[in-house]
Amino acid sequence: MEKTVNHKAWFLVLPVLVLVAFSAVIPLMTVVNYAFQDTFGNNVFFWNGLGWFEDLLASDRMWNALGRQLAFSGIILAIEIPLGVFVALNMPKRGVWASVVLVLMSLPLLIPWNVVGTIWQIFGRVDIGLLGYTLNSMGISYNYTQNPVHAWATVVVMDVWHWTSLVALLAYAGLQSIPDAYYQAARIDQASRWKVFRYIELPKMMGVLMIAILLRFMDSFMIYTEPFVVTGGGPGNATTFLSIDLVKMALGQFDLGPAAAFSLMYFLVILLISWVFYTVMTNLDKRG
Amino acid sequence: MAWMAWTTPTAIFFVIIALLLVTFSVLAIRFPETPRRGVLGIETTRGDRLFITLLGSAFINLAWLGVMGAALQPWALLICLFYAAVVFRWV
Repeated sequence: MEKTVNHKAWFLVLPVLVLVAFSAVIPLMTVVNYAFQDTFGNNVFFWNGLGWFEDLLASDRMWNALGRQLAFSGIILAIEIPLGVFVALNMPKRGVWASVVLVLMSLPLLIPWNVVGTIWQIFGRVDIGLLGYTLNSMGISYNYTQNPVHAWATVVVMDVWHWTSLVALLAYAGLQSIPDAYYQAARIDQASRWKVFRYIELPKMMGVLMIAILLRFMDSFMIYTEPFVVTGGGPGNATTFLSIDLVKMALGQFDLGPAAAFSLMYFLVILLISWVFYTVMTNLDKRG
Repeated sequence: MAWMAWTTPTAIFFVIIALLLVTFSVLAIRFPETPRRGVLGIETTRGDRLFITLLGSAFINLAWLGVMGAALQPWALLICLFYAAVVFRWV
């Protein structure tokens, strides 16, 4: 509030700007150009005005995919954030076990998306998969290739399996930065476990938790590989999330115009949500 | 440049965006400012307000297109202009 901002330092990022222009801005501009035209190949384009946007906004396809996407991101955030915090609270603070647990927790994060997808694709199968076979032997009819609810459960549990440790590690880092004096003061005041969590640990974790929420939201909102490998967007369209639908449209049907319009709207939603998260995060920092 | 499939309207659009960015960069260097806190309760500079304006305008245009149809689209720009004025005055 008190100092004026000197913007001249921004000239120092010009080299990065050139790189980003080459790898992101110019391709994005091309997508914008595609969105207003139609093509039948050979790089010949026909002006279509706002037609693609109008079609997409009026069709159920994009809205349904967006709905599924928001539901998916909402569900995995609602599970992963509390679960990650719970795990972090129960991780050993020091000693050999702290290191062992840290390594174990980071293992799922090192596995590539398509491998995670393949693991769960096989794990859940009724004929040869451990999970699918066991569930069916216990009399629970489970088949993620036919039942939309089972497909959803599989994709959600897979994401929780893959990414909860990221939240846990971030929350753990936040917890480790709390000085012992805070806990000693709380003990002198005979604060309950809940009050220690509510008034010491949670506020101190807020910054990293916001980062965790932002990262998990962005990643889940753009998720492609894992559900593509496991369910391929099925059964029917039950797990066709935004990016799966977009790839179907752009590369499956080669409808470049509608796909470009689709991806621009997708991009705008991501931009809006990232901006909200970023603003909340920087304002948390400023208040200390 | 042919591979980028340029059209006159999209070219005009990008030229306007580029001019806006250049104008605001020059303004920020020539007339340094202090960030202020507006109705959103967040600190914003002129550049932030430009970003909020542009992003909001994109959504206004899409909403207008979805509700009113393409024939009346230029009117959405009028709303955007009003929205821009509101953002620059109060955010």
